[in-house]
Amino acid sequence: MSHTSSGPRVGLFVTCLADMFRPSVAFATVQLLEQAGCRVEVPERQTCCGQPAFNSGDRQTTADIARQTLDAFDGYEYVVAPSGSCIGMLHQYSDLFDVSDPYFQRAKSLAARAHEITSFLFDVLGSSALEAQLKQLRFEQKVTYHDSCAGLRELGIKQQPRQLLSHIQGVELEEMDEAETCCGFGGTFCVKYPEVSNRMVSNKSHNISNTDAQTLLGGDLGCLLNMAGKLKREGKPIEARHVVEVLAGMTDTPAIGEADYYRAKQL
Amino acid sequence: MQINTPFFKQRAHDALHDENLQTALAKLKTGFPEKRAIAVERMPEFEALRNQGRDLKNHIMEHLDLYLEQFETKVIENGGHVHWARTAEDANQIILDICQQVDAKTVTKGKSMVTEEIGLNDFLEQNGVQPVETDLGEYILQLRQDHPSHIIAPAIHLNLEDVSEAFHAHHNRPKSSDPAVLMQEAREVLREKFVAADVGITGANFCVAETGSTIIVTNEGNGDLTQTLPKTHIVVTSIEKVVPTLEDMTLFLRLLARSATGQEFSVYNTLSTGPRREGDQDGPENFHVVLVDNGRSEMIGTEFQEMLRCIRCSACMNHCPVYGAVGGHSYGWVYPGPMGSVLTPQMIGIEQGGMLPNASTFCGKCESVCPVKIPLPKLMRHWREDEFQKHLQPKAARYGLASWAFLVKRPALYRCFTRLSNWLMRSWAGKKGRLSKLPLASGWTDWRDMPAPQSQTFMQAWKQQQKTGDRS
Amino acid sequence: MSTDSINAQQPTMHSNKRSQTSRRDIFNNIRRGLKADSVDTQRQQRVTNRLSAKADNLIPARSQLPVAEQVALFKTMAIEAAAELIELDNIEQLPQACCDWLTQHQCKQLISASTPVLRDLDWEPLTQQQINRTERVAQAGDIASLTTSFAGIAETGTLMLHSNAHSPTTLNFLPDNHLVVLHRSAIVGSYEEAWKKLRQQCFGDNPDQQLPRTVNMITGPSRSADIEQTLQMGAHGPKALIIFLIND
Repeated sequence: MSHTSSGPRVGLFVTCLADMFRPSVAFATVQLLEQAGCRVEVPERQTCCGQPAFNSGDRQTTADIARQTLDAFDGYEYVVAPSGSCIGMLHQYSDLFDVSDPYFQRAKSLAARAHEITSFLFDVLGSSALEAQLKQLRFEQKVTYHDSCAGLRELGIKQQPRQLLSHIQGVELEEMDEAETCCGFGGTFCVKYPEVSNRMVSNKSHNISNTDAQTLLGGDLGCLLNMAGKLKREGKPIEARHVVEVLAGMTDTPAIGEADYYRAKQL
Repeated sequence: MQINTPFFKQRAHDALHDENLQTALAKLKTGFPEKRAIAVERMPEFEALRNQGRDLKNHIMEHLDLYLEQFETKVIENGGHVHWARTAEDANQIILDICQQVDAKTVTKGKSMVTEEIGLNDFLEQNGVQPVETDLGEYILQLRQDHPSHIIAPAIHLNLEDVSEAFHAHHNRPKSSDPAVLMQEAREVLREKFVAADVGITGANFCVAETGSTIIVTNEGNGDLTQTLPKTHIVVTSIEKVVPTLEDMTLFLRLLARSATGQEFSVYNTLSTGPRREGDQDGPENFHVVLVDNGRSEMIGTEFQEMLRCIRCSACMNHCPVYGAVGGHSYGWVYPGPMGSVLTPQMIGIEQGGMLPNASTFCGKCESVCPVKIPLPKLMRHWREDEFQKHLQPKAARYGLASWAFLVKRPALYRCFTRLSNWLMRSWAGKKGRLSKLPLASGWTDWRDMPAPQSQTFMQAWKQQQKTGDRS
Repeated sequence: MSTDSINAQQPTMHSNKRSQTSRRDIFNNIRRGLKADSVDTQRQQRVTNRLSAKADNLIPARSQLPVAEQVALFKTMAIEAAAELIELDNIEQLPQACCDWLTQHQCKQLISASTPVLRDLDWEPLTQQQINRTERVAQAGDIASLTTSFAGIAETGTLMLHSNAHSPTTLNFLPDNHLVVLHRSAIVGSYEEAWKKLRQQCFGDNPDQQLPRTVNMITGPSRSADIEQTLQMGAHGPKALIIFLIND
């Protein structure tokens, strides 16, 4: 392990979806952070940010999960996750506690330290932090970028991933129509109102395939699973990846929902 | 009005399969939002105006009783009458009494969502007073015995053929499919109604405490004819519409049209102050203001107080991807879209209105365009909290959430669970990399594939790497 | 405000009681929600201050231009709102200008406000063309009306008019065409300036005076997009708004 760097000590918030569905997203995040000189640790006591409970109206459970997360990430200079949605949730923890509760101040402190990965790299470490490394990468693809709602509107993430991508050789970004419109995932929304959600993701799929992009990129796995799942169901040949996979040069793994050719060959 | 909110899903299903509606919604999606974006672009101070609008509305709500008292005093000083209505029933009865007092047979009406909210038309009709809607959209709806599906573009769900048929059925004129001809037809038919009406009922966008004036904001001019020609003008509005001064009203006027239709200013912004003056050759002889509460005063001091900032511009629904998919009638009552999803449970009860605050992805687009920065997603979440506390959510959802919470709060156990589910999903998916069916997740897999996990969980892989030092 | 004076305003005993009970409940709810006492002098003071200050909120930069630019902005915005703009050197040119417009549009009738500034003009040109000029309120079927305006607001090309004994409000809405006189000197930058001007005229130094029954802010002719989201001009109000801008 190359933890010898003297850079900031960063706690990785893996996010439950990256943990379960797409470890390469978390590994890519670790790699980017380390390339930028950070010392990365993965606290063992983390699970989920609590958003499913929060958005289902269960404040008590959300507060329990918040306490657990606050304990797990105590002492890190920064907390970074490959998701605007989960970081957005971490930013709301202080609303769950009474001002007199010691966790209130800890939640305020966490909010100041918690960043989505592309925003952390670009806004906190500075736009030039990874420029040299990124310029050595090559990704010969036309891509389009979906702006996930929480990242866009709660955290102001719009140009950061695009700027970082622009350093990579061969990447050509073609914006889709309505890139800022919700894909219809919405956590439990997609199973509570499946037909409405389906219409929203169908619109998204339509807008994606109206571009010449070969790959759809985004910053949140929830949205990406939803859009990839729709693109695959419709038999469209567009691949979906989390933006950090491209930024870390980890595009040798199959895209989201794609057959694992390597594993298929082995079997 | 009949409450169909509990049937949101069925109505949404029907709406998604209604081709005409979908054509209209597609048009709406590009119409208002694009015009708003241009208007906002042309007003560099727009963001600062939004902040001032939010702060001023907050100030008003903190002093609502006092501004209402001042408004009442001024209306009376101007020779008008003020009536207070705690409930829809109170409001209807008060309005009927005024109509009966002047022996009214017909009443013309300017566009008013508050009168939709209290179900005034049905009530008047049942009591022998004929209401005539004069806003073109509302008029079309009245002919069709339909209701608004949008708060400022009420007939947005209808197409040209629908209007053509409705007019043909009621106007006794040759059928036309030319919008210009149809509008001229309505103009001519309604001119007679304007002149014949005994009472004119309008809403109010704002009530000015300083002067005791009410203001209506329209593009057609129907509201002005409604309130100028009959002998009696009744303003039916709600208590949160009061603003301190003309300058304060102006702040909201700058926000309103731009947020609503993307116009720089609506065509007619008309202030009414009391009845006609001595020497005036026209204008109403009686001026009544009915201030409707209908649940609003109970929002003061609660987390929903912020909703009282709403100026009914419709920007939230114009930009809402859920409204854009299913249209206003799916919401099953008077107010659709994000503002309706917050307001409806307050007015019809969360037991009946609970479908609405759940019908949101919390994408935040509504809040980002709201001229007074109402945190609509946060308020919808508050309704979900209310539902949760009252155990109103479906059993499956509650047990699902409880089981999930049990695991999430126990990291070690949670790891076992994620390892197992991860393994199961990968096994089911086989070489395909995705699942086309998944138990308990048909809501997902009926419509889209479920990407399978890529490998073992990250936490497993990370642990192994930490042990072996292998980072490849 | 005593309860008695409210009682006197109510239409019937039944409604009266409803309104009174409602009023009490509504105010109780609000005050309970705000945890406010009705005699809280601090709250009362804040309200009194705001009402008497009549302070401006943010006024956009575009409404605070030098006079010449304000006039130019007014013209641009009014035309953008689909108003027709006809510039005249002085008010004496108005009868001929009206005559030209009416003749061009085959109107044989002009319903006019009885405002002295209009009445005092020489309307001979209309007589020559057999166009009937009448001073009265508007009626259904009227083709064209003529009124003055109180102010022009540059910010959005908006006219401000108000009702008075000479200028009935129906003239602004019932006829198919509304002809309006606006003096260049009446153009202001912002709505706020117009309010101040209106207060000055109505109240003078006496704050107990009232606003006119009706104050109209008019920006272009009537329109509607209620039929299939297609914008059509001339819904219920005038189909055309003609502004005679007097550059004196």
